[in-house]
Amino acid sequence: MIEFKLPSLGADMDQGKLLEWKVKPGDAVKRGQVIAVVDTSKAAVEVEIWHDGVVDELITKPGETIGVGTVMAKLSGAGEPAVPPKAAAPAPKPAAAATKPAAPARKPAAVPAPSIPPPLRKPASPAARKRAHELDVDIDKVTGTGPHGAVALADIEKAAPKPTTPAPPAPDRQAEMRKAIAAAMSRSKREIPHYYLSEAIPMHRALEHLARANEARPVTERVLMGALQLKAVALTLRHYRELNGFWRDGGFQPGAGVHVGVAISLRQGGLVAPAIHDVDERSLEELMRALADLVKRARAGSLRSSEMSDPTVTVTNLGEQGVESVLGVIYPPQVALVGFGRIVERAWAEDGALRAAPVVTATLSGDHRASDGHRGARFLAALREQLQRPEEL
Amino acid sequence: MKIAPPPTGPVPWQPELALAMVRDMLRIRRMEERAAELYGEQKIRGFLHLYIGEEAVATGAIHALEAEDNIVATYREHGHALLRGMPMRTIMAEMYGKREGCSRGRGGSMHLFDAKLRLYGGNAIVAGGLPLAVGLALADKLQGVRRVTACFFGEGAMAEGAFHEALNLAALWKVPALFCCENNLYAMGTALARSESQTDLCAKAASYGVPTAKVDGQDIVAVHEAAKKAQQHVREGKGPFFVELQTYRYRAHSMFDPELYRAKQEVEEWKTRGPLHTFTARLKAEGKLTEEQFLALDAEVAKEVEDAVAFAEAGSWEPVEDLTRDVTAA
Amino acid sequence: MKKISYREAMREALREALAADPRVFLMGEDVGRYGGTYAVSKGLLQEFGPERIRDTPLSELGFTGAGIGAALGGMRPIVEVMTVNFSLLALDQIVNTASLYRHMSGGQFSVPLVIRMATGAGRQIAAQHSHSLENWYAHIPGIKVLAPATVEDARGMLAPALADPDPVVIFEHAALYNTEGELPEPWSTDIKSAMVRKPGSAVSLITYGGSLPKTLEAAQMLAKEGIDAEVVDLRVLRPLDDETIMASVAKCRRAVIVDEGWKTGSLAAELMARIVEQAFYELDAPLARVCSEEVPMPYAKHMEQAALPQPDKIVAAAKGLFG
Repeated sequence: MIEFKLPSLGADMDQGKLLEWKVKPGDAVKRGQVIAVVDTSKAAVEVEIWHDGVVDELITKPGETIGVGTVMAKLSGAGEPAVPPKAAAPAPKPAAAATKPAAPARKPAAVPAPSIPPPLRKPASPAARKRAHELDVDIDKVTGTGPHGAVALADIEKAAPKPTTPAPPAPDRQAEMRKAIAAAMSRSKREIPHYYLSEAIPMHRALEHLARANEARPVTERVLMGALQLKAVALTLRHYRELNGFWRDGGFQPGAGVHVGVAISLRQGGLVAPAIHDVDERSLEELMRALADLVKRARAGSLRSSEMSDPTVTVTNLGEQGVESVLGVIYPPQVALVGFGRIVERAWAEDGALRAAPVVTATLSGDHRASDGHRGARFLAALREQLQRPEEL
Repeated sequence: MKIAPPPTGPVPWQPELALAMVRDMLRIRRMEERAAELYGEQKIRGFLHLYIGEEAVATGAIHALEAEDNIVATYREHGHALLRGMPMRTIMAEMYGKREGCSRGRGGSMHLFDAKLRLYGGNAIVAGGLPLAVGLALADKLQGVRRVTACFFGEGAMAEGAFHEALNLAALWKVPALFCCENNLYAMGTALARSESQTDLCAKAASYGVPTAKVDGQDIVAVHEAAKKAQQHVREGKGPFFVELQTYRYRAHSMFDPELYRAKQEVEEWKTRGPLHTFTARLKAEGKLTEEQFLALDAEVAKEVEDAVAFAEAGSWEPVEDLTRDVTAA
Repeated sequence: MKKISYREAMREALREALAADPRVFLMGEDVGRYGGTYAVSKGLLQEFGPERIRDTPLSELGFTGAGIGAALGGMRPIVEVMTVNFSLLALDQIVNTASLYRHMSGGQFSVPLVIRMATGAGRQIAAQHSHSLENWYAHIPGIKVLAPATVEDARGMLAPALADPDPVVIFEHAALYNTEGELPEPWSTDIKSAMVRKPGSAVSLITYGGSLPKTLEAAQMLAKEGIDAEVVDLRVLRPLDDETIMASVAKCRRAVIVDEGWKTGSLAAELMARIVEQAFYELDAPLARVCSEEVPMPYAKHMEQAALPQPDKIVAAAKGLFG
């Protein structure tokens, strides 16, 4: 059976209108014979068929507009038995949608002459804005001396408070950072009596929940397990305040909120652990955005000083690096550090049955001056339970 | 228009040459017919300009050239590329836009190139190839290379300034360029008489001091004999030569041309003096070709065409990552 | 170091190229007997003969196309189009053949052609003879565009341009031919980089070709007012040397682009777009440009000078970037 389809007759042809058939059912046709006349935007064109055969059925009716590739007629090939024409074969719906009706003259909507709105914010150069952000200077309070009174870089430099934190990175930034980390870690080990606890946490519920929730999210907004874990830690810490705060002047000061320091490794080597504020109050989507932003700025070297000084606890997730568990060093003056390893498939007993389950090892390094193993263990158990109720996160 | 009777008369060639001519004209004809079909199926897109009816011109002329000669052609160049030695598969793949095409699918029907075969295109700017041909011929002359640069163009190109500049330069510098004007009487939709104040095309070329010859382009014997003489003149360093080959295209200028500019009757009359069937008739009359031989040839050619189509169908697309490759050498 | 004129430097470059490689030949209107409209090729016909210093009829399209064909055929032609004003007649061959033969053939063909043309205004030869259309050429993928503005570049850019396997268009501002300068030895043969002609710190003045001397003068004037301007000579208009340009802008945080073309759709516009794309956060003020007034170039001297970029306009534009 041969299908005669409307061919493309030109580079910009999408459709054509059948004007007339040159054959009828039962007629024999030869290769190269003109069997139809089709109207295109330029003119009426005679259309050839490229096969020998006998016409069985003319499907498209004269006057119909059809798209390129539409089957217009059916034929039997030479040698095939001719199919008797069907009586009153119903014509398939023509691609009426393809017909473009003459576009009604559109009345152009009255476009108001664009007037330049007054600037919504104080004019300042990009360099000035960047520096103001870095130095925590409020641009609105700065007098501009640039062109048309815009705030320029020099104006920000003048307005910035004398920095209490170390001066802007010296040329050998790397060495400076290493020194700082060395000092902090040494001090931590010297001064803080660490105790360590670890807990294996089944993650199948959390993984399934995450996978389901992510299905509905666009790829760029998918939530990662890291964010889930951060939120779980933050929520649990609400009930274990002695793990969330600072050891200062011989005593414990609870943190004003749960500001979780996220350990971020830098490409050139070195580690920073800036804070995301109020993790317990943030949605997972917000956490993801905050995480991404933090990583980007940490690697670009443009973290705010408040982010560096505010963490009330630190979470370090070395799952990506492939270790099963982390026994970390607490960042003074914090009193705790929660570690996550990678999620591993393990044999797991639950309700008397053995199954393969994804399991993560969570650890707590605690400052024994501020908390003890008993409380630490209860915290880890509560964290484990929280991660079994991922819908709450 | 008054149309001359079909070409007749003895074919002064050995059967091998005659058969080769039949085969090559048939190869062009069947390839172009298949291309038309494929265009309707949207396998070939963009613009497609078919050589059907003009086969004797490319066949007769290119058989008169040597393998080392340069060829510059137009967008109606599939036959020229084929006869030059480009495999039909490569032409078909290029028209499909596949990476296995001669131009990696970047040119399509109008831009067939092959550096090794000395085929310099495939040019969509009418008369764009003429100055190029002058330069190629000049390079050969300056480097002492005995070679002909054959430049094919339509009669429409003779209205462009580039034609006049090129002929003048070619004659002035006496470069080995063979200018072959394929006069198919219509520059797209404009008949010759409506576009040229002087329709004697040889007279125009002659005004630059270039020797000329006017040939019935539908008579392959005439084409080949004239081309042989012309290329000899050029190859011997006597300067450029201009040949007007009077021919006719059966199909539209390109695929989307409703041919409102010429009468069906005229096309039918030209078909009576078509290059293929009049030549085979002459050969049969002399006993140099039998119907069986012809059918066998046609079957062979059909196989070549289908093989080429299958090759193109199976071809691959150039990866998008390669888009900026070969803009410049670096 | 010897002192020579831009014209002499270009002539020396041509002579060296013709002597070094028999494939090289110069082709154009009045390059032979006349000695070149700007006297660049004076004496070369006597030295190299009419086949290699080839006078052409007035057929820009024809002989530019022939240059392309000759390059394809194994020669190394230098096509001299008298000025950019007449190059419009050859634009089809340059854009539709030379620039795209490599890409369109799938990488098979190389067109090692050099096209030299004079450009620019300032000598009262009126509207049809005073265009600066370098940006039209810089727009086309497949070709390289050079704008030697110094004696050193006039001497040094031709050889690498000839060695380049792709078409290279060289713009010689007509007002530069008479300028004299010291030619260092060895001279630079770089056709990739922009160069800082005068280092500075407060504002980057970016320019090319015939506008370089005016921009350097403007930098002197700004220095007297306590503004330390840096001057960047683009040298290569396609491909642009983003690295040098952005380094200068990042350092100075302010930029003025000086371009003899008309402002709309200019090379200056392209530079401003790139600076915004790549160095936005370094900027301490909006970008500025000094271009020709959007008028056909008038004949009367005072009118022509009013239409062109001038040192005082450059100074004003630079000062406007400070408070």
